[in-house]
Amino acid sequence: MTILETDRLAITFGGVRAIDGVSISIASGQVFSIIGPNGSGKTTLFNLVSGIYQPNDGSIRLAGETVTGLAPDQLARRGLSRTFQNLQIFSRMSVLENVMVGRHRHERTGVLADLLHWPTVARQNRATREAALAALARVSLADAADRPAGSLAYGALKRLEIARALASEPSVLLLDEPAAGCNPIETQDIDHVIRSIVQGGITVVLVEHDMRLVMNISDRVHVLASGRTLTEGTPQEVRSNPAVIEAYLGVHGSQEAGRAFD
Amino acid sequence: MRTLLDTRLLPAIAVAAIVIVLPWFFPSAFYYRIGALVFIFALAVVGLNLLMGFAGQVSLGHAGFLGIGAYSVAIGPVYFGMPSWLSLFAGAVLSGLVAFLVGRPILRLKGHYLAVATLGFGLLVAIVLSNEAGWTGGPDGMSVPKLTLFSWSVRSADAWYWIAGTTFVGGFILALNLMQSPTGRSLQAIHDSEIASLVLGIDVASKKLTIFIISAMYASVAGSYLALFNGHVTPDVAGFLRSIELVAMVVLGGMGSIVGSLVGAIVLVVLPQVLTVFHEYEQALLGLIVMVFMIFLRRGIVPSLAAILQGWRK
Repeated sequence: MTILETDRLAITFGGVRAIDGVSISIASGQVFSIIGPNGSGKTTLFNLVSGIYQPNDGSIRLAGETVTGLAPDQLARRGLSRTFQNLQIFSRMSVLENVMVGRHRHERTGVLADLLHWPTVARQNRATREAALAALARVSLADAADRPAGSLAYGALKRLEIARALASEPSVLLLDEPAAGCNPIETQDIDHVIRSIVQGGITVVLVEHDMRLVMNISDRVHVLASGRTLTEGTPQEVRSNPAVIEAYLGVHGSQEAGRAFD
Repeated sequence: MRTLLDTRLLPAIAVAAIVIVLPWFFPSAFYYRIGALVFIFALAVVGLNLLMGFAGQVSLGHAGFLGIGAYSVAIGPVYFGMPSWLSLFAGAVLSGLVAFLVGRPILRLKGHYLAVATLGFGLLVAIVLSNEAGWTGGPDGMSVPKLTLFSWSVRSADAWYWIAGTTFVGGFILALNLMQSPTGRSLQAIHDSEIASLVLGIDVASKKLTIFIISAMYASVAGSYLALFNGHVTPDVAGFLRSIELVAMVVLGGMGSIVGSLVGAIVLVVLPQVLTVFHEYEQALLGLIVMVFMIFLRRGIVPSLAAILQGWRK
């Protein structure tokens, strides 16, 4: 079943077509990676799909419904969440509170009840707390629950963002360079976390530069170059596609690379 | 469960104790007067702190809502024959409505742009209050009928001390409740990252509007009390200086610290009274002291002192 698809999606920034007619179709339960050289439009595509940018052309469908033009919070309430390449942590809050915010779309108290601390609020707080602790445990951060979020190491913050998104129980999770800036051990952690997310039935869409991670973990890989689709296939197919190597290294570079392999 | 309740309301219990114990040390009725003023301002400051300290949205025009509340208890009884307490509620509802209408367009703005837009709102209210002389008495203001509760006319400073103190503790508890609730968490989240709040499903615009309305109603009730307590009201109540004073109380006491709101109000209400002994240097000294506070306790009095205490304990 297709959970997320775009149809000839396009957006223009000051005359430049940053995304130019990209159509993708992501099956439920997959790890779907989007790769491409710097400036090829990967993050722009994420921003379009998550509602942060509005496309000039084309459409987006989530779980069979057209969601083109919906705001990020509306999409989140339909089960699409994401993380950010440059971390967006609630740094004044504790680690646990960060993840508790992720439960927002499942919280059912009104502002009047909140002001008066109605018994439902106490119950809601407890339920939210438990669910948040469970999400933290999934990324091995339960021990750090009460620490200020700002005090965590970089790799842990990456996992905290994932836990926060997981707490919202999305059906599709967009991960924007989860391993960027991570050392090999932290990258390994991210790899494990992604596998466990997929096992939990969540579709993962991944933008990532770490090719080892991408090739290891992906079911499908979609390659962008200059805002257009270059190719799509299994990691095997993409890896052996000369056009991909050329896009990354240029014509000259790919010849050099070809010689190196001979 | 018990401990959860205790820690949540601990500051409220402490503040209630202060309200009750403090009068034992008052040598004269004048001190009740100062105490009442502190609690009235602290109420407005708690509301503004919810907006500024927690949700991270600045308002340089909050005295506008103080003004709406103040003139409600003047105009309601005089022109419509409404009892003062009903006028106070009507004023709070009106302030909430105005906040809703004004907040929708201006809360889209951020940082300095929002500051200037709210500044404009405050000025607008002050100008309307001085120009609509037929209703408001113009720049000279108008007198405010005394508050009457069940045929008891509230006049004495100590009665006002208890009314203002009780209301402040009530407002304080509501604010504490709000902060430890789903709404409170989303407000703090918006302060740190609007984009992350959005992708977690938080309707950022409506949350900002909600807290703007709540903080306007806090200010409105405080404004009504101020007018009833003074027995007279002028457009200065909604003036720019009043707005700045409220912001200064929030920042001085500590952004995001509900207890700090009380401390900020205490400092900026009590200090000018203490400094009157220095006659013409009063204002200069006040400015100097506030500067020194901010230089040495830069996160505001309460958060900075709390951090220092925590450092000692380790």
